[in-house]
Amino acid sequence: MSDSEVAVHNPALRHHFAEVEQQRNASSLGMWLFLVTEIMFFGGMFCAYLVYRTAHFGDFAAASSTLDLKLGAINTAVLILSSLTVVMAVWTAQTGKQKALVMYLLLTIVLGVAFLGIKGVEYAEKFENHHVPGPTFHFAGAIPGHPDHPADPRHAQIFFSLYFAMTGMHAVHMIIGIGLFAFLAFKAWRGAYTPAYFTPIENAGLYWHFVDIVWIYLFPLLYLIDRHK
Amino acid sequence: MAEHISSPRFYVVIWLSLMVLTVVTVVAAQIDLGPFNTIVALTIASLKAVLVGLFFMHVKYAHERMIKPVIAAALFFLFLLLSLSMADYSTRLWS
Repeated sequence: MSDSEVAVHNPALRHHFAEVEQQRNASSLGMWLFLVTEIMFFGGMFCAYLVYRTAHFGDFAAASSTLDLKLGAINTAVLILSSLTVVMAVWTAQTGKQKALVMYLLLTIVLGVAFLGIKGVEYAEKFENHHVPGPTFHFAGAIPGHPDHPADPRHAQIFFSLYFAMTGMHAVHMIIGIGLFAFLAFKAWRGAYTPAYFTPIENAGLYWHFVDIVWIYLFPLLYLIDRHK
Repeated sequence: MAEHISSPRFYVVIWLSLMVLTVVTVVAAQIDLGPFNTIVALTIASLKAVLVGLFFMHVKYAHERMIKPVIAAALFFLFLLLSLSMADYSTRLWS
């Protein structure tokens, strides 16, 4: 290391790292390893979904067709837009635009809350129609393409159990993400992040994009089964 | 440290591609493609996931070299989980 590099010592560099790049790589790798555990966590639910959908395809299609496709599609758009605001937050941190950084973080929170609000409307509709698994569960739909063939309510209940488990866990991740961004927005407003140090913004961004990817798979798997019939 | 910084215009292009793919997947679901409906839906979802991963999560420009192998390992184990479970459940009625 030359003298000139020592002179511009980064205040964010912790003593147990040799240089800023090593520190940043370590936290980035750590974040990705956490996301790997998240992939396997959601993977278990996707696996259960795959097994039951294969076994009871017609009943799953009947239950899926009761979901509100318009609200699901709007929520997909809201979440994708929030991914754009997050990536813009990272960009403003990289380029040192502090006010814009705070704005993009707050915008992400607004979009996250909008997503949860729309999800809440959908959940309320499930309660009204007794599509929530449990003693009051009731389902009387027919298998798409076979109007004389009613779907088995027990299998439809499995679909709704998976629906609530998967979208519920996804929503929990969104709530945690919103909390995370509120904290980061406060820190960013206080000027904690500079082009020389913005690792928390970067890692929270990775988390948010991961949650977005989970929804990118949930949307077609839950809302788009046999819609053409 | 040579850090890659994409332009906001590039991010907007990726975002527009994701929006177009979302519309395509909704439209494709209304057309009867038989068993290919599921394949088309999952292919589009994977394409969107790849766009988000490579460009929004900056995997394409990752400065840490172990990130790509770690992601590959995660996808491999996810594949094992799904494929071996299905190999089990889909062959149980054979005996």
